[in-house]
Parts: sequence; C-alpha cells; structure tokens
Amino acid sequence: MVGFKLISSVKLGIKSLLLHKLRSSLTMLGIIFGVCSVIAMLAIGEGASYEAQEAIKKLGSNNIIIRSLKPAEESRQSGNVGRTFLLDYGLKYSDGSRLASTIPGVARVLPMRIIRESVRFDQNEVPCQVIGTLPYYKEIVGVDILRGRFLTEMDELYQENVCVLTLGLASRLFPYQDPLKMSIKVGSSYYRVVGMVREKNTVEQRTQSGKLSGEPLDNNIYIPLSTSRSRFGEILTRMSAGSFQMEKIELHQITVQMKDTSAVEAADPQIRTLLKHFHTRNDYELIVPLELLRQARQTQRIFNIVLGSIAAISLLVGGIGIMNIMLATVTERTREIGVRRALGAKKRDITAQFLVETVVLSVGGGLVGVIIGVITPIAVTHLSGMKTIVTLSSVLLAFGISGAIGIIFGLYPANAAAQLDPIEALRHE
Amino acid sequence: MKMPEKQAPAPPKPANGSEAIIRIEGIDKTYVLSAENIVHALRGVHLSIDQGSYVAIMGPSGSGKSTMLNILGCLDRPTSGSYWLGGENVATMPDDELSEARGKKIGFIFQSYNLIAQLTVIENIQVPLFYQGVDLAASQGRCVELAKLVGLGDRMDHRPAQLSGGQQQRVAIARSLVNDPIMILADEPTGNLDSRTGTEVLEMIGQLNAHGKTIVLVTHDDKVAARAHRVIHMKDGLIDREVINRPVPHAPK
Repeated sequence: MVGFKLISSVKLGIKSLLLHKLRSSLTMLGIIFGVCSVIAMLAIGEGASYEAQEAIKKLGSNNIIIRSLKPAEESRQSGNVGRTFLLDYGLKYSDGSRLASTIPGVARVLPMRIIRESVRFDQNEVPCQVIGTLPYYKEIVGVDILRGRFLTEMDELYQENVCVLTLGLASRLFPYQDPLKMSIKVGSSYYRVVGMVREKNTVEQRTQSGKLSGEPLDNNIYIPLSTSRSRFGEILTRMSAGSFQMEKIELHQITVQMKDTSAVEAADPQIRTLLKHFHTRNDYELIVPLELLRQARQTQRIFNIVLGSIAAISLLVGGIGIMNIMLATVTERTREIGVRRALGAKKRDITAQFLVETVVLSVGGGLVGVIIGVITPIAVTHLSGMKTIVTLSSVLLAFGISGAIGIIFGLYPANAAAQLDPIEALRHE
Repeated sequence: MKMPEKQAPAPPKPANGSEAIIRIEGIDKTYVLSAENIVHALRGVHLSIDQGSYVAIMGPSGSGKSTMLNILGCLDRPTSGSYWLGGENVATMPDDELSEARGKKIGFIFQSYNLIAQLTVIENIQVPLFYQGVDLAASQGRCVELAKLVGLGDRMDHRPAQLSGGQQQRVAIARSLVNDPIMILADEPTGNLDSRTGTEVLEMIGQLNAHGKTIVLVTHDDKVAARAHRVIHMKDGLIDREVINRPVPHAPK
C-alpha cells in the first residue's frame, strides 16, 4: 500500500511539474550543472593525477634513486671565462658499496655512469648518452631485449668494447644496415654492437635534476661499467665557448633496489644520513618514487577536495533555487492544499506530496546531470587530449548529493505546506 | 492541544427511534485574538441530525454559520463541547484522526467547486480514495459509475478548466460521494452558478437525499433552503430558530 501510494505520489508530482515545464526545467538546471560539474571536475582531477602516478610508478616503487648533482656554488664559479677548474663532485664508487653493505633491506645497488657523447657510424653522427652500467640494469630498470643480448658479467670483467643500443638510436645510426656486429665509434674508441633493446619505462630515461621528466630520450648506448671507467676515465672534459671545463665524477647515478616497499620507508632517512656523513657538500639528490607517489596522492586528495567543494557549492546553489521555487509553488497552490486536506489528506500526506515533487526535480536534474557529466570529460579528452577518468564513485556521489539536496531543501517548503491551516488554505484566493 | 473540560458520555439513543447520526452537544468556539479581544463564535450549540435528513443552515454573516460549518466538516475543533459523528466524538481528535474522519465520513461540496486543476475528472473523483489508501485501479469502476451518475461519463479525461461551472460542481458531487460518507456538507453549492444550472445541482443533491444520504447545506438563499427537511437559522453564535418544512422519511434503507 505504501509502495502504491509512493508510485501515485511520484506520478502526481511529475504531473504537477509538467504543468510548468519551463519553470521546472529552469529549476532543474541548477542541479544539472552541479551534478555535471562534480562528475566532470573529479574526472579531470582523477585523470591528471593518474598520469602523474603512472609516471612515478615507472620509476619503481621499490627503488631509491640517488643522482649526482653539480653543487650550486661550483657551477657559478665555472661560469668564469678562461679559467679552468677541476670540479670534483658527485657519487663515488665507495658510496655504492657502503649503501650495499650498511643499509638493511637492500636487494641490489646499481651504479651508472652517464656521459653525453656523440656516436658515429660511417657518415652518421648522433648525440647520445653513454651509460656505463652492470648487467643487472636490465632487471632493475627493465629493458626488453629485441635482438642479440644485453651486457654480461664477462663483458664487465674483461672491459670488453661492446655496446647495446636502444632501438631509436639504432635506427638513426643504421638506417640501412643491420647494426648487430657492426662497430661504432664513441669518443675515441670503437665498440661492437651486441644487442638492441627498448627500455620498458621510457620515463626512466636520464632526467634533468629535480625534474621527473626530461628529454624523451631513446638515445642510449649501454656499455660495461668497467669499460666506461677505463675508456672515458674519471675526469670528463667538456669544451664550451672557448673555455673548457673538467669534471671529476665517479658515478652519475645509483639506483638502490630494496627488497620490498616497506623497506623503502625505513631506508630513506638511513641513506640520507649515510650520504651526509661522507659528502661535505650537497652534491647529490635522492628521489624516492614511493614518497613521490604518496605526495602525488596527497596532492590529488587536496585537488579533489577543492574541485569537489566548488562543485558542491554549485549543487548547493541549485538546491536553494529548488527551495525557492517550491516555496513559491506552495503559496501558489495553497488552495489545492486546503482542498486536499479537506478531502482527508493528513499533514504528512501533504509533506510527502511536496517532498516528492522536490525530489523528482532534483533526482531528474541529477540524472540529466550524470549524463552530461559523463559526456563532458569525454569531450574534454577529445578536444584537449587531457586524460580524464570518470569513476563510478564520483557518479554515485554526485547523484546521491542531488537526491539529498532534494530532501533537505524540500523539507522546509513541504513542511510549510503541511502546516497550513486547512480553513485558511480553502479561503485562499 | 486544548482539551475540553470533560469527556462527554456516549450519545443517548433518541426516543423517537430514528438514528441521530450527528449530535452536537454544547459546542463553544472562542477565538482569542488578543487579551481583550475574544470572539465567541459559537456559544453552546446543541444540534442533532437524523440519518437521511436534509438540513439547511442559514444565517447572516457573523452568526457563527461558517464556524459551525468548519466544525461540522471536522476542519476545526470546538473549544468545548462534544461532536458525535457516526458514533465517534471527533471534537477531541488529534489532527491526523480528524483528517481521517474528514476523508471517511464527510463529503464536501464547495461554492467554488475546488477541483484540482492538474487532475482529470476521474482523477479528481479519486482524490479522497487516494488518501484512504484505497487501490485506485480496483476502485476505478466505482469512480466511472459516479462520473456517469452525475452525467459526465463522456468527459472523464477532461480537466476542470475544460468544463463549465455546472459540470465542475457535478464532478465535486461525484467526488463527495466516492468515499460513501455519513454526511454530505455543501457550502453554498449554487453560489457561483446561474439559476438553471443551480437548480440542476440542487435536483441532484435532492436525489442523493432521496436515496438516503444525509445532507447538510449552508446557504443564504431561501429558495435553496426550502428544499430541505429542516432549516436552522443561526444568530450570534446560537441556533435562533428551527423550521421543519417536511418530515424526514423513515428508514430509507
């Protein structure tokens, strides 16, 4: 019986609302915009943070990355024209072994030397990064071996002049030939190409210090660390605009792989303390992807709260609009209320009638808002290429709020209608 | 809520054997407008109305006629006194029960018809049933029958705005019958109608009475009042005099 009464009330409500189509649809607009903006804003926020989080995840949440950094005061001095300095900074081989031996929970420590050089084959010369590293680079950073093989322990042991190219570099250097077993010239030495790889996470490319994303490089040559050490030496000379500059860097980057993510948190301050002890200057930086991920999520939460509250305010305004119209409707229909009361309607029947109308308005607006709110992010993605993610929870949230607003803002007018004196209401013109 | 001073006893059976379906005993109604300004609209009115009778209430404005109508219609509660309607004292009922009493026991016919604009004829007839929680689909047949009874069988899907005044008042009559009430309370039913349609409506009300419905009609028109069995004249919150036009036919059922 209650169900039947409810269905009839909803039908009656819709009927009454249809009497004033323009008024009803204008009233609904507030809710439509509110719901639509909640969904669209959360979708855009979600999409933006998803991309950032994916980028961080590629760095490996089990890893801690330590990079050599040119100290600020040294770089100012090096600007002096005509003067030659030997800058000695950065991570040392001893840092790597210390980290491996003292920090608990360390699985592996991967040292890297990263040198910018040009690589030549025949007439082609391509600028690239020569990465001197160890064979297990391919597991820690993640590379797909497309042809041939990656570096091996033997290459490392015998300081072999072998190299592995990334696909992009190989195609630029060898437009016509098969690069395997060819010899290429890097600096003053020749290296034999033994394999071609593709890095799984291109974001992991050498980035500029302090930034997450640098040049999108697919220009890597991998050589054994020992080879890099003996062929290039510890002192790197860079010529620029008539002056040249010498830098003594042992290692450019150390990637510490922890056994699990829980060890990362504990290791972070330990590594900082350890490095601080052995480095007088701040010539390194620590990147903890897990921490970044956490920060990104934190940022996203704040972002969502801000966007959500802006949207919620528009929903609130929509709700106030509904309340306003319903109050006007109650006044306008005072006589109808009187008649209904005379014909046996209880106060709660009148409350229910007007509440149902308000809820029909707001839920109707909510439904339309959901449809537009789902379409809007698709359109945004289509037009601007921004990634958007519509989550079910945001749709439910927006829809739920619109329903709640209908009830909250409907209660007052509905109650006002129910409290009317039937005699007065019947006399109302 | 203000309670009457004492609970009235159950209504005694009248001596003449006919059923007094409505009994009003010592009803007072005072409106306290301010501390000094107290209006006594009714001052201890006694009235009993038999089943099947046709009663007209007349009186100048300010005589307490409207207040009487509101109390008879369970729209208002008396300040004191008791009002027995079909065996129940409605004078002390809380609001919800009073609403229910209106819905079940009284059929209203208003001067200005008071149909609900957004509903069709048949839906308007159904409104009292809706608030009784009656299944509208099941009672559809009865509503159609009533619409035909008042001669609107071919206009059941029309809205009030599409009907003439007389037709609207006929819809209101059908609506007043749908819950099979103890009493039909008509407030100036012909006040907005021309004399021809007014007569039609009065004929219809007369027929209802002939079929046993108890009718209470408020009017200031002597011709209208002349159709009733009894005419009650009110003055200054009291029944001034009572005229019996013709006797109530016995045992109509």
